[in-house]
Amino acid sequence: MEKGGRSYLGVEIKRPRVAFFELSSCEGCQLQILNNEASLLSFLSLVEIVNFREAMSIRSDDYEIAFVEGSVTRADEEERLKRIRKRAGVLVALGSCACFGGVNQLKNRFNDLEWVKHEVYGDHPVETREVQPLSAFVEVDLSIYGCPVKKEEVEQIVTNLVLGKSVDHPRYPVCMECTAKGNTCLFELGEPCLGPITRAGCDSWCPDNRMGCWGCRGPADEANIIQFREVIRKHNIPEEVMLDRMECFGGFRHILKEMKGKQDKGQME
Amino acid sequence: MLFRVFVKKELETLYEILAVNHVVGPTSRGMAKRGKELFAFDYLYDFQDLRLDFTTTTHSLKPFVLPFQETLSSFIIEDGSWEKHVDLNIYKQHVFFGVHACDINALNKLDKVLSEQAYPDPFYTGKRRNMFIIGIDCHPQPFCFCRSMGTDTVLHGFDMYLTDLGDSYFVEIQSARAWDILQQIPTAEPDEEDHRRFVETVEARNREFSCQVDTSDLTKILDLEFQSPVWEEWGKQCLSCGTCANVCPTCYCYGVSEHVDLDLQGASKIRQLYSCNLIDFAEVAGGHNFRPDSSSRLKYRYYHKHRGFQEAFEESLCVGCGRCGQACLAGITVPDVIASVRGQEEENE
Repeated sequence: MEKGGRSYLGVEIKRPRVAFFELSSCEGCQLQILNNEASLLSFLSLVEIVNFREAMSIRSDDYEIAFVEGSVTRADEEERLKRIRKRAGVLVALGSCACFGGVNQLKNRFNDLEWVKHEVYGDHPVETREVQPLSAFVEVDLSIYGCPVKKEEVEQIVTNLVLGKSVDHPRYPVCMECTAKGNTCLFELGEPCLGPITRAGCDSWCPDNRMGCWGCRGPADEANIIQFREVIRKHNIPEEVMLDRMECFGGFRHILKEMKGKQDKGQME
Repeated sequence: MLFRVFVKKELETLYEILAVNHVVGPTSRGMAKRGKELFAFDYLYDFQDLRLDFTTTTHSLKPFVLPFQETLSSFIIEDGSWEKHVDLNIYKQHVFFGVHACDINALNKLDKVLSEQAYPDPFYTGKRRNMFIIGIDCHPQPFCFCRSMGTDTVLHGFDMYLTDLGDSYFVEIQSARAWDILQQIPTAEPDEEDHRRFVETVEARNREFSCQVDTSDLTKILDLEFQSPVWEEWGKQCLSCGTCANVCPTCYCYGVSEHVDLDLQGASKIRQLYSCNLIDFAEVAGGHNFRPDSSSRLKYRYYHKHRGFQEAFEESLCVGCGRCGQACLAGITVPDVIASVRGQEEENE
């Protein structure tokens, strides 16, 4: 089909101008997209990339869709994000850092951020503050979860964006995808796993390789935390192991806050 | 019905004769915690990997007839024209070597829905027509309640069925193909002694059942207890993860979605099995969700298995294999749920 032409249904196909940006992150999500050599050319003819520091030197500020990886940890990042938001018709949070704060937000658990700064940077302090996801500052049109994102999923989402199709994330937990593969449940093997409460879509990448889920995609639409704690307890896995994992990527932040609130209230009573 | 016996060492010959096909059978998946051996149905390439002494498999045979994801059709656009491809995804005869009665009954139940209706599902039916099934007698596990569901024996739906008599196998033959194949190994007409040992084996096995479900008047009781508070309780425990449906040999609900290729030159329709316990199972266009809470979803799972299907086909959709209860991390089992609905004490453990 000719680009800029029409699809077989007669729908006009646009080749949107797309930009990739990174805030505080490892840039691994962008690397994932570049990693897919087999389909990279198709991807490049589907969209016109006008800004992608990790892949090319040309920069343009004229784009329709902005993919932003990373979390906001500095004032200049906040400013930059707001500028991107103004220019982009569609702003996509790419990866768990952008969606939830990601691994970076682990530092938020310390009460004294000045101490954290000193521990990490010693006598060479940099400006850094509490880690926040994009949605704390701007409106996010679409979130792509994962640490890192799954390239096949990104390609499907971008295809749907170009076609004007709706983008639907799985709303069920990882268990659905994991049991579909015929995997042995990691709990059977005595391994902790956040699969029962974490949003699927990763194609059970970690459990397939006998590595318990760490919850990088955040909670499933219905995450039964109360029952999950019971499961952890029944399998003699310390609750700290579960809490550590839930804290790791920031997706469970609200749930953890609620749990802590209840605990504190319980202690007061 | 035809019966034969053959000495155990001939089993390998039988396997080798059939190995020109794809052979699927029970095989070990290693040890779980507390020394429990895990088994799975998988493609076999060596007779030594076949484990007819398997207890049960975590997953059923379902993925071989209803894969979790299956491409139903694909389209390619070329030179202003387009082409459609339909592939039933079955290329070779499959031999299922060592299937328990519950799982054969499960296939028979799936047939009723997917093959014997006005619009048979060609993808399922194509695979079913290319199956050669060898049944094997089982040792009931503490969670098996097939006896309560009437699926502990199987009357049809297999080619031959083996019963282990110690030094030999007692074979029940149901198809001409099975008869022909058995001509290639030495077999004998069962004598009085074989009959006696067969009956003994069957009775010994029946004494092993320890788990039961009271199914008497169950459809009526389910109707009466539609508002029972027990559903609320089970719903609270449910993780809404779909594991029960995935391991179930008879859950067949699915959704179909369309995927456009990245180069916009083609698209495919993909079927994915779904579970009625997943949050958006009953969500319709416009966003209304008929079953937004886990308790109503869990309840309807039981109503489909034990009431709706019964009404449509005069039998339950559950075969009592107990896999869902074993796989459920929350520990929700069919015997416990049915007992609680009936107001009975939970007897099974």
